Amino acid sequence: MLSVAAFIGLFRRDLRLAVRQGGDTGLILGFFVLAVILFPFGVGPEPALLQRIGAGIVWVAALLAALLSLDRLFEADYQDGELDHLALSSLPLELAVLAKCAAHWVATGLPLALISPFLALLVDLDPHVIGIVFSSLLIGTPALSLIGSVAAALALGARRQGVVLSILVLPLYVPPLIFGAGAAEAGATGAGARAYLLILGALSLAALAFCPWASAAALRQALE
Amino acid sequence: MTEPSSDLIAENLACRRGERMIFTGVSFRLPVGGALVLMGTNGSGKTSLLRILATLLPPAAGSLLWGSASIEADLTGYRARLRYVGHHDAVKPGMTPRETLAFSAALQGLSWRLAQRLANAALATLALEGVADWPCRWLSAGQRRRLALARLLTAPALIWLLDEPTTALDHESRQRFETAIVAHRANGGRVAVASHQAIDIADATTITLDAFTPPPRFAVC
Repeated sequence: MLSVAAFIGLFRRDLRLAVRQGGDTGLILGFFVLAVILFPFGVGPEPALLQRIGAGIVWVAALLAALLSLDRLFEADYQDGELDHLALSSLPLELAVLAKCAAHWVATGLPLALISPFLALLVDLDPHVIGIVFSSLLIGTPALSLIGSVAAALALGARRQGVVLSILVLPLYVPPLIFGAGAAEAGATGAGARAYLLILGALSLAALAFCPWASAAALRQALE
Repeated sequence: MTEPSSDLIAENLACRRGERMIFTGVSFRLPVGGALVLMGTNGSGKTSLLRILATLLPPAAGSLLWGSASIEADLTGYRARLRYVGHHDAVKPGMTPRETLAFSAALQGLSWRLAQRLANAALATLALEGVADWPCRWLSAGQRRRLALARLLTAPALIWLLDEPTTALDHESRQRFETAIVAHRANGGRVAVASHQAIDIADATTITLDAFTPPPRFAVC
């Protein structure tokens, strides 16, 4: 019972901070939009080509945008000493990580998924493929936040934190990327995206089960 | 867990940072209503000792006991009994003092309504009512420090661990805080304070950590 109030309190606080510093979410969405828009300039504006690689573009851009937001997951709390309080609170550190990841997802993963249909239009995807891209991002972005939390916790206190974080987290983002982009590909060729979406869901659930423990262990290490 | 009234006992604590032993053989006993003042020069391990007491840092040797049982036996129970205020203020520029304190109380598992009430009381005790609804980025260093100390009052705890609590405080705030410590001890609370300047706490056990620094293993020529 104790933990519920603490969990909700932490979730609300992180969400409130994200809303007050609304620039962060805005910047990440801006990055997402720009990254998708850049591709046609690089590969040429031919609709057939864009249609084929469009879902992959949207997924890679979403992934990089999610990566950009990770450094602020624990960094502020680490710098200003709040992490000490979290480690000593009535809330187990694993649940604290979960509350922070949930708030992080609502502030970044969810908005990324919500605007993805508009970006999918830009790369000329079919309406039913747009639906698949949207649902794959909705199912897959929790995994991005959770896996990212492990890397963000491990990178705490490192010099050149952003670079360390990218190198740690990008390889771990490969499975969600394969199945996320694969879902749209399968939907486009008529093979059926269901299996891909289910595996993506399984990845998110596995991350939910495993990542809070790993992140909490890394945070304890950082506090010593 | 064992009795709340048991003594907190430290036996031969040692702290290692990298290759270097910071201190060895620190022992003390902190009874109900007791106070411990840690003195010492910069780098003598005051903060490290407080972090060991807060279970944030494992000691390199020695043990912490609650009465006769090791605190490891009930770590959650021990942590619920302590509040730690480090030398960082843990103040978020985008939140107001009232929100900060309500969050701090919520973190200890108190309901939202009770958290609000305790936050208001804590604001009054440290004279922060006037700035209670400002964003914390507008607060001065002393006000932020008072806000950090006000977290001690948002959820009652037996043991206060304070790292340089009076840094940046003006004379009046310092007195106000010393009164809060007296009240805390009168209610059976205990307090451990690290400070490199003299602090006015009655009947405190003083430990000067410089005396526990081991000699270097290799003489430097």
